[in-house]
Amino acid sequence: MDATGTKGSLKDLQRIVGEEHAREATAEDAVGGLTPFFVAEPGSLEETSELMKLASSEGLSVAPRGGGTKMHLGNPPRELDLIVSTARLNEVIEHAPGDQVVRVQAGIKLETLQERLADSNQMLGIDPPEEGATIGGIIAANSSGPRRLRYGTIRDLIIGITVVLADGTVAKAGGKVVKNVAGYDLSKLFTGSLGTLGLIATANFRLHPKPEAARTVVVELSSTEEAGEATQAIIHSQVVASALELHWSEEAKLLAVLIEGIGPSVEAQAETASFLFKPFGETRILSDEEADFLGPLRPFDAPGAENEVTIKLAAPPAELTGVLDSVLEACARRGVTPHAAGHAGTGVTYVALFEGGEDAWVRIIEELREVWTRRGGSLVLLKAPLSIKKRIDTWGLAGDYLGLTRRVKEKFDPRGVLNPGRFLGGI
Amino acid sequence: MQSILRAEGVISEREQLRSYECDGLMNYRAIPELVVLPESAEQVQQIVKVCYDEGIPFVARGSGTGLSGGALPVESGILIVLSRMRRILEVDIPNQRVVVEPGVVNMWVSQEVADEGYYYAPDPASQIVSSIGGNLAENSGGVHCLKYGFTTNHVMGAEVVLPDASVVNIGGGKAPDAPGYDLLGAFVGSEGTLGIATKITLRIVRMPEAVRTLLAAFRDTEEAGGAVSGIIGNGIVPAAIEMMDTLCIEAVEAAVHPGFPEAGAILIVELDGPEAEVANQFEQTIKVCEENNASEIRIAEDDAQRALFWKGRKAAFAAMGRISNDYYVQDSVVPRTELGSTLKRISELSEEYGLRVANVFHAGDGNLHPLVLYNNEAEGEPERAEKLAGDIVFACLDHGGSLTGEHGIGEDKKKYMPKMFTDEDMNTMQLLRCAFDPHQICNPGKIFPTPRLCGERPGPFRMHPVQEAGLAELF
Repeated sequence: MDATGTKGSLKDLQRIVGEEHAREATAEDAVGGLTPFFVAEPGSLEETSELMKLASSEGLSVAPRGGGTKMHLGNPPRELDLIVSTARLNEVIEHAPGDQVVRVQAGIKLETLQERLADSNQMLGIDPPEEGATIGGIIAANSSGPRRLRYGTIRDLIIGITVVLADGTVAKAGGKVVKNVAGYDLSKLFTGSLGTLGLIATANFRLHPKPEAARTVVVELSSTEEAGEATQAIIHSQVVASALELHWSEEAKLLAVLIEGIGPSVEAQAETASFLFKPFGETRILSDEEADFLGPLRPFDAPGAENEVTIKLAAPPAELTGVLDSVLEACARRGVTPHAAGHAGTGVTYVALFEGGEDAWVRIIEELREVWTRRGGSLVLLKAPLSIKKRIDTWGLAGDYLGLTRRVKEKFDPRGVLNPGRFLGGI
Repeated sequence: MQSILRAEGVISEREQLRSYECDGLMNYRAIPELVVLPESAEQVQQIVKVCYDEGIPFVARGSGTGLSGGALPVESGILIVLSRMRRILEVDIPNQRVVVEPGVVNMWVSQEVADEGYYYAPDPASQIVSSIGGNLAENSGGVHCLKYGFTTNHVMGAEVVLPDASVVNIGGGKAPDAPGYDLLGAFVGSEGTLGIATKITLRIVRMPEAVRTLLAAFRDTEEAGGAVSGIIGNGIVPAAIEMMDTLCIEAVEAAVHPGFPEAGAILIVELDGPEAEVANQFEQTIKVCEENNASEIRIAEDDAQRALFWKGRKAAFAAMGRISNDYYVQDSVVPRTELGSTLKRISELSEEYGLRVANVFHAGDGNLHPLVLYNNEAEGEPERAEKLAGDIVFACLDHGGSLTGEHGIGEDKKKYMPKMFTDEDMNTMQLLRCAFDPHQICNPGKIFPTPRLCGERPGPFRMHPVQEAGLAELF
């Protein structure tokens, strides 16, 4: 269709959301090289539902968008006509500090929410590195950060959800109590669904008290064996770590453990962690300034990441040495420089590839995917130029659950309105 | 079935079938056509294949301790009992995982890894009997889930026989973040309506450095509730924080003699974690209890005393038999800050109905277990008790809560679902059901008051088995 065609027009969108909240898209709105026709920003649940009804009946393909930090994730869409942005759905609906629960509209930015919660000495226990990510986007992309070691991922924190399906149906699941088993847990189903099942409109979370004190202990490593052993030493100890982060590049090879809690306890545990790290290399407790730079809270921002390739390797945490060896070896054979960082305690390793050229990168990715899928893990392409995405699927082969995954998609979005082609198995 | 299982794996004698007519909730009974006891995943798959091909409804059952009728058989169907699949298949300490068959009893997992300094965190009161498969189906909680999460936070992977007899492995298992929808998250807590888990990967947790437990007595539940708010308000996340009211204390005292003080309410608070943190926060907890006029504070000096505190708490349901012929266990949730007003409403309702209600609950997460006491022999009392239990749930919903915190909807509460969810909500949830079980043969008739048929009728038209049984209508 074209922007003035019969399948829908800007005027129809503006009738729903108001003239100033729907516009023609620009190249900046492109997803995977495809520029949509329109961008609409609904201001309410009702408007969102009306938009989806319109899109469904007019046959428009829709991509939901939050902060836009993850629009590069996934395969290039097969079609894209309309972006529905949650930018105006950015309110805290209810924060009950005594209940340690918050209800928000999906378009609120994580930073904004955390600031609000900090007033009550509380926090949402999630810390993905992207700046400007919204809550809805974090759920849809299943983004996580270093503190997942302690607090889990967004699936472990979400307690309720409201979604707008492709046909405009508004449905909720869960509630605003932390303990609740009434009905199916659609909050979890929508976690990581990348906008392919429906648009996430509101979400409820359990909160945690904000820790009073923090210490980061770092050990300098010289071999991949030490990385694996040092990780095991911490996770089997009684140190309650918030994060255990690995940095592995030419410049720095280190493992950092973040300990949070009340002052005296943090001090004591930092001592224990230093003791556990000592056999593996030079160990020190970081100052706060250093921790910002070197510690686990440093976002994964490998230099040049804009144009390069970043992959996410998930494997059993005890295989860390094997993961690193396989990456280093696959890269060395092809003259590629890797830069790895990851959540060592939970088995997530990010690898950015530099130099060596596209053919080499593709072969490395294929090789690592083959090895780690066979060993029960997965490899997802996080960031790559379009030319690479055309050669390698973002998600890899899903296991035996692909058929079931397809059936779920067919039930929730039978016409394939939402994000067609971006997800697993071409969903 | 006898060709799939050996003869002793198939029960068809009416007298023997009778032992399976209900689960832990005895208000609902149904005698299944057949009970089968498979010993392997392959056998489960073969049984389900027969059911799928013949359109026979089936229900899976673990240890049968469920309290919402989730494992209530379907009269025209087959009951698949998984208690013979009770092998612990793998212990993987480096990855902090244990792989089990569904019939493995909850407690065995902790026992298996105790020597390595690990345990399995979800601890429903039934843990010495209830199975991991049943825990998974119900997303079981327990007294320690305030800090450590529920079953859903500890199940990392499952091999599932779907209702069409295909087998899928969902969740990463040992590796995190399997790409795709969180099918495992949707499956856990689906009350046996989406398939049968035949192999389950669990996360185990390192035993904490320190554990401290105290018991505090208060004049009434309001003061005890004040202490709960104070503890949480201080930024403390206790491993457990449990409350019992005076009627409950009386019953427990009569049953297991834990030597609890006479009081209007008792709190049991347990803290665990790093030594220094626990010591500091334990002091604060004692202070908060004192500030809220605790008449007595007892500190567990050793494991034996801690075990005694918990014995009293975990025996609460069973102890009701000491003070009442019959009782009805309710399970509902309110936001923690609504506990006081909800308890007040419950006591008003109790007076209105002229029936006693004992309260024991997970105070930290607002999960109430009011026990409605009645006499089954007394004219009209069972009906009154059920109505009172229903009104208690509605009171919880009015306070922003949920129909159930850990026992499930099952057969018992499906009639209440429309009080919490709209038709759109329930129809959307059932889209998931249609993706997993389009012919609705897997534990049909549970959770939803009006099952949604999926509009899929392969082959020549025949009446849907669920429709035939009068369990669903087409709309």
